[in-house]
Amino acid sequence: MSGISSARGDLRIDHVSKSYGDFTAVNDLSLTIPEGSFFALLGPSGCGKTTTLRMVAGLEEPTKGTISLGNTDITFTKPYQRPINTVFQNYALFPHLTIFENIAFGLRRRGIKDVKEQVEKALDLVELSHLSSRKPTQLSGGQQQRIALARAIVNRPALLLLDEPLGALDLKLRRQMQIELKWIQKEVGLTFVHVTHDQEEAMTMADTIAVMNEGEIEQLGSPADLYDNPKTAFVANFLGQSNLIKGTITGNDGDNHVVELFGQKISLAKNRSHAVDNSILAGIRPEKFRISRLATPTSGNILSGGKIEDVSYIGVSTQYQVLMPWGQELMVFEQNDDGVAPFNVGEDVNISWEAGFTFALRGDEDAEAGTEVNPEEIIEDDE
Amino acid sequence: MRTVSRWFQRNLIRIYAVIAFTYLLIPVGYTVAFSFNDGGRSNLIWKGFTFDNWMNPCGAPEVCTALSNSIKIGFLATLFSTILGTMIAFAIGRHKFRGRSTTNLLIFLPMATPEIVLGASMLSLFLTLKINPGFWPTVIAHVMFCISFVVVTVKARIASLDPRLEQAAMDLYANEVETFRRVTLPLVAPGIAGAALLAFSLSFDDFIITNFNSGTMTTFPKFVYVSAARGIPPQANVIGSAMFIIALAVVILGQIVGRKRAVK
Repeated sequence: MSGISSARGDLRIDHVSKSYGDFTAVNDLSLTIPEGSFFALLGPSGCGKTTTLRMVAGLEEPTKGTISLGNTDITFTKPYQRPINTVFQNYALFPHLTIFENIAFGLRRRGIKDVKEQVEKALDLVELSHLSSRKPTQLSGGQQQRIALARAIVNRPALLLLDEPLGALDLKLRRQMQIELKWIQKEVGLTFVHVTHDQEEAMTMADTIAVMNEGEIEQLGSPADLYDNPKTAFVANFLGQSNLIKGTITGNDGDNHVVELFGQKISLAKNRSHAVDNSILAGIRPEKFRISRLATPTSGNILSGGKIEDVSYIGVSTQYQVLMPWGQELMVFEQNDDGVAPFNVGEDVNISWEAGFTFALRGDEDAEAGTEVNPEEIIEDDE
Repeated sequence: MRTVSRWFQRNLIRIYAVIAFTYLLIPVGYTVAFSFNDGGRSNLIWKGFTFDNWMNPCGAPEVCTALSNSIKIGFLATLFSTILGTMIAFAIGRHKFRGRSTTNLLIFLPMATPEIVLGASMLSLFLTLKINPGFWPTVIAHVMFCISFVVVTVKARIASLDPRLEQAAMDLYANEVETFRRVTLPLVAPGIAGAALLAFSLSFDDFIITNFNSGTMTTFPKFVYVSAARGIPPQANVIGSAMFIIALAVVILGQIVGRKRAVK
């Protein structure tokens, strides 16, 4: 054991900043990742998530702040002294070594003589025992991905870092690996820190997600928290889609605010408002909306005066663009689960939703923040 | 008529390949053929087939002394230039330091300078330093011009190396020395081996710079040059052919090993 720290426990990132010249990649970031959790750092290209991961791995040094594992400060220790292993974005398997030797690499460096049993166990876990004598180039992308995982897991690190681990796989394989990774994390009980720009991937796998934007954390919480009650327009738009409508709080009604949206009154739970004053952006997820013909009675919050602009049938659901009287187009997803005939373009409709689904953001936020990101374009890393 | 032109079209590349290879290989074929010539001391006209030259490759006076000098010089020049050149290549390829781009440029200089100038200035340098031309000055001169080629070859290999592999090694508990030994060096090794072969063949082949700096010592190229005036003995052809066959064998062996590794 050549000076490898035996620290265990929560990972604490404390007021960490990283600058390259004038550019600040990570800005005063503080974060605690509990031991044993599956944690995701989610954000668009250039948000600082990969830089954060590399600082935890020891491949970059913070400009400011400290990183500690349990009670041990690891801010400036070398990568090989940290009980932390990484699954690299393009796997970084050693091309000159067999699969067996790739996986045994970490064990051998720690001076473990009898590696056979542990390597075979790790190969078993990823179900690739039959490939142990092959070279990495003879494996498919999905197989290489699993070997990279086995190579890290075999060391039983205090922390396993995954840098866009599924970015290079096709959609179907990615879905399969998401489920498998989650299963493996439960099986081995290690702390996983997962960096991704793919919100679906983060939501599928992680217990806790930190959404990052421009070097800072926008919001931290469980996938359901972030989705149902986003704090900022960036989170509301980056995780799924949101309809954000400008409005004003005009009064109170018990635990609810009365909100006026372009002359129409709706209700908003006080504990779901992140606004600082009376000016707000009211947010409703597209699948929470219900469309109804004018004659149909509806309950909950209602916005009237809509007109169907566009209809896209996509199998499980139908997506509508509804033009409201104030000129904004709202997005509505309707499940194709009942007998109601789909609405037609040009029909006059009302939109309703259960009052409890409304959330509110600060009125001065940019309603478009986080919408311009196309995940397919940013598969390459954001170092 | 049409079928002929179509056949021609389809086989154009093959025909071109045959012509090109014939052009490239005629001198080699000639060398090999005349190593079997029963030509006596002057080996210019075909006089009959014999194995005598191959049975007695040191038959001509001085030829084996010259050969052994060339091999010794080639070996030493390869050793030193490969070690020094590889170190320079790593410095330029992996580290940022003041004067890196200047170093890069200076490394190219010996390759761009005419050999005749290099040879002459080396000689005047040695004479100024009161070192007599001979074996060691020749080795030093060879190391000097081989280094550039080694640096260029190894640097290309280093540039193609994914830095994430070294990061992965460090991440897997290998310190700097172990990372270099277990990952960097094995991956750069083919480039270093290629550079060493190149250095050896450059050194073995060199006439101009050697002629200035070797004094009375003979090397194989010098031997061939001097005997050209009287007719080159067939033993020179034997040695030339043998060198060619050995080089060919090394290349084929390398291919076989490489393919076996890939299949494994």
